Amino acid sequence: MSVELREIHKTFGPVHANDGISLRLEDGRIYGILGENGAGKSTLMKILSGFYLADAGQIVIDGRVTHYDTPLGAIRAGIGMLQQDPLDVAPFSVLENFVYGYPGGALPDWSAARARFRELDERFSFGLNPDAYVEQLTIGQRQQLEILRLIALGVRVLILDEPTTGISAEQKEVLFNALKRLAHQDGLTVLFVSHKLEDVLDLCDAAAVLRQGKLIGTVDLPVTTGQLVAMMFGQELSPAARVDAPLGQVVLETRRLTLVGPRVTVQNLDFQLRAGEVVGLAGLDGSGQELLMRACVGLLRPQGGQIIIKGTPCEGLPYRAFLAQNVGFGAAGRLEEGLVSGLTLMEHFALTDPTQGGWIDWERARRLTEERIRHYNIYGRPDSPVETLSGGNQQRVLMALMPDHPCLLVLEHPTRGLDVESARWIWEQLLARRQEGTAILFTSADLEEIVTYSDRILVFYAGQVTEVPDSRTTTVDELGHLIGGHRLERETHA
Amino acid sequence: MNAPGPFALRRFMGVALALGAVIVSLLLTALVILAVGASPGEVFQKVWEGIGFLPQGGLDAGRFAGVVNFWIPLALVSTGLLITFTAGLWNIGVEGQMMFGAVFASWIAREVMLPGPLLVTVELIAAAFGGALWAALVGLLKTRGGVHEIFGGVALNNLANIFAIYLISAPWQPPEGGSAHSTPPFRSEALLVPMEGFPVSLAALALVVVGFLVVAIALRGTRWGLELKAIGKSDRSALLLGVATHRNAVLALAACGALAGLAGGFRVLFTYASLRPLVSGGIGFLGLLVVLLTGTRAVWVPPVSFFFAAILAGSTRLKIALQLDQSLAGVVQGILVLLVILSNGVRGRLRSVAVPPARSAGASPAPQPSAEEVAHG
Repeated sequence: MSVELREIHKTFGPVHANDGISLRLEDGRIYGILGENGAGKSTLMKILSGFYLADAGQIVIDGRVTHYDTPLGAIRAGIGMLQQDPLDVAPFSVLENFVYGYPGGALPDWSAARARFRELDERFSFGLNPDAYVEQLTIGQRQQLEILRLIALGVRVLILDEPTTGISAEQKEVLFNALKRLAHQDGLTVLFVSHKLEDVLDLCDAAAVLRQGKLIGTVDLPVTTGQLVAMMFGQELSPAARVDAPLGQVVLETRRLTLVGPRVTVQNLDFQLRAGEVVGLAGLDGSGQELLMRACVGLLRPQGGQIIIKGTPCEGLPYRAFLAQNVGFGAAGRLEEGLVSGLTLMEHFALTDPTQGGWIDWERARRLTEERIRHYNIYGRPDSPVETLSGGNQQRVLMALMPDHPCLLVLEHPTRGLDVESARWIWEQLLARRQEGTAILFTSADLEEIVTYSDRILVFYAGQVTEVPDSRTTTVDELGHLIGGHRLERETHA
Repeated sequence: MNAPGPFALRRFMGVALALGAVIVSLLLTALVILAVGASPGEVFQKVWEGIGFLPQGGLDAGRFAGVVNFWIPLALVSTGLLITFTAGLWNIGVEGQMMFGAVFASWIAREVMLPGPLLVTVELIAAAFGGALWAALVGLLKTRGGVHEIFGGVALNNLANIFAIYLISAPWQPPEGGSAHSTPPFRSEALLVPMEGFPVSLAALALVVVGFLVVAIALRGTRWGLELKAIGKSDRSALLLGVATHRNAVLALAACGALAGLAGGFRVLFTYASLRPLVSGGIGFLGLLVVLLTGTRAVWVPPVSFFFAAILAGSTRLKIALQLDQSLAGVVQGILVLLVILSNGVRGRLRSVAVPPARSAGASPAPQPSAEEVAHG
């Protein structure tokens, strides 16, 4: 099935997200869709998969102009998209999720569906248990389920949006093998949207690069990373320079800290963080690192032990008490935890400005917002609702909302979903604060990021913590071995 | 593929949809009237007369005062509910808060001896306090006990009414004995005074105006209002931005409860001059409908609640004139509310295709949590 996009235009308010994009996609190939945040790649993919309607332009499938304006319509036309967060229904079983959307009326044929599921699952060696519940699955397994579901629905074009975020190295390998088989043996067209150039180079046959809503070009792979970066940004980039900061007093200390999460327990953790120090927490999703982060800002009550911030025991205190200690927290889900969808930027800054009294001085709030917009390079206006900003700009807003001189910053995936340039900018800001004595505790799924920016690394594996005392002596490979334990196979029934 | 309309076109579409909803609801009402064997024209005319518009022109002050006296408690309650809606709370307990306000006002009216104006002032303060207390209980059940405000509210509504019935039938019963109908009438100096010629309480009217202005300004201009707005849109994000979400939820409920308590106080100190079972008379629920229609756009609360009061008060004449039950007015309101909500839903759907985030918040008239929370409830 050949797919051609002709002169696709889409604007959101003043932003021309897709500006006359024409792209021809052949079957049997894997295309990487590249571009920095706000380049328009997500918009283009959402148009192709029926989530958005283009303002102008045509989608031509096998030589015929095709119209659809819902994801279901797109699936009927043979195009299915795997969202960044899989859109499954948690309280249902794998098989039940597999069946929905499946043709066959009100009463599904369960045995036929089960047989089909097993056949597809074996073919791609996913090893999913059809009777497991979706909430027990890892993100990687949920993606696998969604792929099987779309294939069973007869999809011929498969779009994946950032599928390698939050999955293990093993799962990535399984995913890539499955995608290669789908494209090269079954003749599907695979579109792979990613910021990770290594992944694109590893997997794809060709790459289409977008910049500021326009298609810059399509190249057959392999080419060098540098060439791709140059197409994306018009120049090559290197990570933000890191200067060792002098370490100050102990800012955060845990003593025999015991944390209990739904799947994992961290026991008797002793740990210190000094002013000016950056500590990265590495580990597969759900290995215990997020428990430590949340406990250190009062969002998770420890089962035992102490959390001491600047000499004050804080365990058991609410989140606001930690804020009062000048601790800043940036959660992974920006619009779920941190930014209020429906409030404007100015309202956000008015809300968090400690100098505002009971009556809000909107004039001052506007001045502050304009100043922050300039300083943090935010692409938006004071009265823009925050949810209309791109992911990278939302992350900048989140940074701008944090206290000016925090003693401790706790950041979950501070650059998740950001392009190289935005990620680099975020780290410049963080490293500048560190020079002023802020201690930073962060997690990332990107091991390169952890190795590059941490002074020390704590590796979490099933709640066990191993310290890498000097990150300069370690490598991404070594870290990869540590976070995987002994080639851990993550089972559905933990 | 169609281009989505420019902003002006979409705005026009919104107005057209709202107008369409009103017209369709009138047509449906006419159908209902035809179905019960009456003439829609005659019914509309009788309602019009019931509001006070005389067929020969001019206004019947007594009838119009009836509309205003129904509007006063409804406007107070709706104003209070604006606060809880902004904070994303479903204060179903508003009826119980009215009843508790009524009980507190009655208690002062029965037990305290003071000169007239001072006594009424104390009664009203007690009414506000009683309503706030009952509402704060809903808030504490929610924040401390994990009881959703809808369930807590329903339970406390029931409890408030049972408590009022107990008072009426036991300690406060009339001297002639065991009636659960009402307490004996209060002394006249304990009551709100109607104006000459236009039997409406000026003090109560002033309360409505002041209450509304205070709430509208607080929601718009104060930090507290902004905090409530943030909580209403995402209480998790609000918490992480440093807003005291629990304390504010309790405060929002208590503020709403105070206004509901005043409304309950008005019912016993003016409408009935005694305490009765279900003294709230469904006005609290009606207030929920009002705010469901207006969303958080405060300016619309007085006119919409007045419209509701007019239809309800106007339809009391239906029974006398046409032998039709006045509950027909409830049907009209029900249809109207459903259709306006439906038109908002349709607008949301149309917009979700045209604007990037599926939930384009901000302009949405119903409070954000409505769909999800009701589905859970």
